[in-house]
Amino acid sequence: MDNGTVLTMRGISISFPGVKALNRVNFTLREGEIHALMGENGAGKSTLIKVLTGVYAKDEGTIEIAGIPGHITIHSPQEAQRLGISTVYQEITLCPNLTVAENMYIGRGKGMGVPWKKMYREAGALLDSLGIPARPRQLLKTCSLAVQQMVAIARAVDTQCKVLILDEPTSSLDDREVEMLFGLMRDLKARGVGIIFVTHFLDQVYAVSDRITVLRNGELVGEFETAMLPKVELVSKMMGKELEGLADVAPKRDAEEEQAKVYYQAEGLSSTESKPFDFRIREGEVNGFTGLLGSGRSECVRTIFAADRVTGGRVTVEDKPVTINKPIKAMRNGIGYLPEDRKRDGIVADLSVRENIILALQVMKGFFHPFSRKKAEAFADEYIKTLDIKTASTDTPIGSLSGGNQQKVILARWLLTHPRYLILDEPTRGIDIGTKTEIQRLILKLSQETGMSITFISSEIEEMLRTCSRLIVMRDRNIVGELTGDELTQDHVMYTIAGGGN
Amino acid sequence: MGKTEKGKSSFFQKNSQLLVPLIALMLLVIFNLIRDPGFFSIELVNDNAGNPVLQGNLISILNGASELAILAMGMTLVTAASGGQDISVGCLAAIAGSVFIKVLKSGPITPWLVLGGVAACCLVAMCFGAFNGTLVSVFRVQPMIATLILFTCGRSIAYWINGGATPTVESDIVKAIGGFIPGFPIPAPILIVVLMGIFFALLFRFTTLSMYLQAVGINNNAARLNGINAVGVKLLAFVLLGLCCAVSGVIATGRLQLVNHETLLINIEMDAILAVAIGGNSLGGGKFKMIGSVIGAYIIQALTVTLYAMKVSSTDVKAYKAVVIILLVVLGSPVVKRWFGSMRNKLAVAGSRKEAA
Amino acid sequence: MSGIRFPFPRKDREPITDTTLLMSVTIGIFGGLYVAAMLVFGGGFLKPQQIFTMLNENAFLIIISCSLTVVMITGSIDISVGGVTALVAMVDVMILNGKLWPQAEMNDGTRILCAALMAIGIGLAFGAVQGFLVAHLEIQPFIVSLAGMFFARGMITIISVEPQKTAGAIKTMLEQRIEIPWLGSPNKKGVMIPAKMEIGVIIALVIVAAIYLILRRTRLGRSFYAVGGNQQSALMLGINVRRTRFMAHLISGLLAGIAGFVFMMHTGAGNATNATASEMNAIASSIIGGTLLTGGVGNVIGTFFGVLTLTTIKNIVMSSGLTKPWWQSITTGAMLCFFILLQSVLLKVRTTLQSRKEGAEKDRIGD
Repeated sequence: MDNGTVLTMRGISISFPGVKALNRVNFTLREGEIHALMGENGAGKSTLIKVLTGVYAKDEGTIEIAGIPGHITIHSPQEAQRLGISTVYQEITLCPNLTVAENMYIGRGKGMGVPWKKMYREAGALLDSLGIPARPRQLLKTCSLAVQQMVAIARAVDTQCKVLILDEPTSSLDDREVEMLFGLMRDLKARGVGIIFVTHFLDQVYAVSDRITVLRNGELVGEFETAMLPKVELVSKMMGKELEGLADVAPKRDAEEEQAKVYYQAEGLSSTESKPFDFRIREGEVNGFTGLLGSGRSECVRTIFAADRVTGGRVTVEDKPVTINKPIKAMRNGIGYLPEDRKRDGIVADLSVRENIILALQVMKGFFHPFSRKKAEAFADEYIKTLDIKTASTDTPIGSLSGGNQQKVILARWLLTHPRYLILDEPTRGIDIGTKTEIQRLILKLSQETGMSITFISSEIEEMLRTCSRLIVMRDRNIVGELTGDELTQDHVMYTIAGGGN
Repeated sequence: MGKTEKGKSSFFQKNSQLLVPLIALMLLVIFNLIRDPGFFSIELVNDNAGNPVLQGNLISILNGASELAILAMGMTLVTAASGGQDISVGCLAAIAGSVFIKVLKSGPITPWLVLGGVAACCLVAMCFGAFNGTLVSVFRVQPMIATLILFTCGRSIAYWINGGATPTVESDIVKAIGGFIPGFPIPAPILIVVLMGIFFALLFRFTTLSMYLQAVGINNNAARLNGINAVGVKLLAFVLLGLCCAVSGVIATGRLQLVNHETLLINIEMDAILAVAIGGNSLGGGKFKMIGSVIGAYIIQALTVTLYAMKVSSTDVKAYKAVVIILLVVLGSPVVKRWFGSMRNKLAVAGSRKEAA
Repeated sequence: MSGIRFPFPRKDREPITDTTLLMSVTIGIFGGLYVAAMLVFGGGFLKPQQIFTMLNENAFLIIISCSLTVVMITGSIDISVGGVTALVAMVDVMILNGKLWPQAEMNDGTRILCAALMAIGIGLAFGAVQGFLVAHLEIQPFIVSLAGMFFARGMITIISVEPQKTAGAIKTMLEQRIEIPWLGSPNKKGVMIPAKMEIGVIIALVIVAAIYLILRRTRLGRSFYAVGGNQQSALMLGINVRRTRFMAHLISGLLAGIAGFVFMMHTGAGNATNATASEMNAIASSIIGGTLLTGGVGNVIGTFFGVLTLTTIKNIVMSSGLTKPWWQSITTGAMLCFFILLQSVLLKVRTTLQSRKEGAEKDRIGD
């Protein structure tokens, strides 16, 4: 091992039943660098991380860490921690029922007792020095998601780690919090910590990372200096082909200008989670809610679908007044909803792809009219083909599919109900660029060819500008502006979100 | 290689959870046959009244497990939808039995009165089931905790209904429910199990209940957002379990033609939960196979009868049963399954290497 | 409380946790019930002996409730404790009355020591086997401990079909009471009778204190909470989840063994139906005391008051003239129902209030 290298992984291979998840992958991390690990879904990023943190046992290959002679094998997360490898996962892996300070210190240290006073004091000092808005004695579950994430980082920082792995840490943070996190990362880098940064956001990679390692289909594509690798090239390396531009995406149609019929209209609609708001969508229109995370954009669409308890407001569908207070009523009024949190609200993990596809249509058809096996099979086959879902069979449990394919199954579920109005909340989050493009194309195709109304939410403003003809901008749970036509530029959206809209 | 395997193993892949219970049942049968080749012989004899009846260990296993099998069916539904278990089923059966007898005591026993009694006790048990179900679905109380209430006071309620006695009835119809229908050699409880089985089979065939139960059990949120009335589905599971309790309560009452609130189906809740687990169903809810639970019920009864046949006293049986149960669940445990899986993989790899060589 | 000043304004007191809230409610209700009983029924409720009798009768229940609290906090369950208690009681009685190891020359003291060691040994054995099956083979704790219960109950009759009793000097030694004259009360003839407490109560109280300290002050105790709160997270936080779950069951078994010894000291009898359904009473006490079956929330002090609350309810029913045998358990059931609903509603209201507060805070920052 040469000087300045903290971690070397050579020829790492691991296979699961039927899949070679990693095939002879090399990875090196230097002292004081931020090293981005890139790849599409199923490329093997998470598997590599899990080998490094002792969750999976590698089949072949060697791992070396600075300061420890010889090859090491990591059997458990505890062992990884002892070796100076700390990880912060996308999903919060802390205990909600313990205090902030306990979450920072539990599972390490020696001795029988818990030195509460010392722990609270040190935790307070660390939280202050990192500028994290949490109190040591506060129960973790009373913190916001972003603060919980930062507590996780504070914990990792305090373990005196040599290698810090950040596995998609930014996906639940807003821009301000991301900046704060980047500050923290640069600070740690200056202290000589090697940081492995896994993310889907290209801009963030170019904002902080020094080098990039790209994986594809479990194989190493290469290691590059960030400054030397143009963005387009990175994308093509990840996808294994030249990026097909989105230029061929058909021009969007402005339903507002064409004076198409209004399909859905709400006045003063509110739920336990959202403030009263007005909203309408015309047939064949694609519009979107935008705003920072936590601005209330998801809550608004949840209210439309009655996913949360509706507390007031008037709704008309095709100019007829209706009451939508349960998801089933929304469905019967031709509304479909692809939820933001796929794992929590979308998939039924142990059920087969087939059952997941027919679920919504089956519910609409009614309790006493189950589909025959043949019919269900036909539906499933049809949509697996149309959406190009990669699954071994229709009997495969959806939980064993990759994120992108799970998302397609949920999409298939709603397309099968032939909705007149489809709500897609972050359909492209956490899935690879290829599938993202496919989904965007599909949205435009559906609205133009079948006259379906679509509300689309995405954290990536570019994506929304490309597909939506009207954007509703939200800030702090209020609608602060509506942009159409020429106003649909990134600058304008930012300006409105930032509060200069009026 | 993948394709040939797909065709070959489809039955065992789909029903892999039934593998361990079926093997266990087979081993029990083989063990008994070795011990006593005539163990499973069945003979047709005439009872005191001159009616033909079937007798033998096999019949007594099938007959004796009737209440347990019916309760295991209901328990499977509750387990699937709520991810928890109902520990009040024995108490509910006692209440149902008491209501049944109470109705029969109200007048001369005619077939209509018996029917009315059955209807009344089904209704009462289903109401109690709905009470449990409401606590679980509306108030989100853990099923075991929610049913702890009736577990604590159910038998006392039965005692109260009985008015502080253990009432008996003299009736051929009631006797037939727990024994033999005159002229028909198969015990009536076995027929009732078959009827309940058909009832649930039809329910699964002509409604979407099975899919709803699993969806709610696996992901309550997702089920709700797909328009499923998750609260209603859970409630329905408990109400159906209430029905099962009533039916087994009636059978148990019919066997002795009396209802003793203390001893009627005592401790059967534990056996019913065991049956579900032995049948390879996860007690955490979600996917289920009702047939597995029924096989589990027969395994438990077969084990008990075998032990009795080996002259083990009825109170000692528990200890031996515990050992067998532990063996069964260890074989079905995730860790052991993984271990077998990796062994199989290694064998396959070795085999393919040999082939390559 | 402490003099440390934080660099920026920080609330000194956090809102109380769910555990503390549920526990305080229980203590409040217990206090209310007891005071009400004193006012309405007077009599026995006015004498301190009433409390001691409650403790004497329920010392073993307090101990197994503690074991249930520990396993429930870890997100597990152990329903074998009642069976283990009964098995230990039977074995101990047979050691003491000489039916077990009759040929061994032992004086009374040695026999008692043997019985105590045996109690601990049986308890640890049950705890270790069940802990291994639950933690390392990942079998459902309910099924494991159900089998444990069957095994223990079956073993009792295998050891002895007939009920056994202690007798003679040993009986008197075990039945020794600690007399507390200043808490005494006059009997009908006006003679002061000192309050009497059994040795078992001391053991139970020591165990409550020990478990409280373990849960609050040791790393092991905190890992119980962490594993119960979120097992996956606990693993990621570097906690040895298997060891933690194993330890929870081991402690539970050990306590059940001790409970068996205490039970035997109180009744002096071994019997197949000893401590029947006491595991469910223990679960009920834990729940009333604010422990959640879902894990991660709970406290033995609450559990202790849970046992007292349950007993007080039974005493009240007895004093109130509802003498029919069914009223006691029907009232207990109703009370349990009340507590469960109260907790469900309390926690729900709390979450709603909190999310509202958060919303309001966000609004304020927004303006």
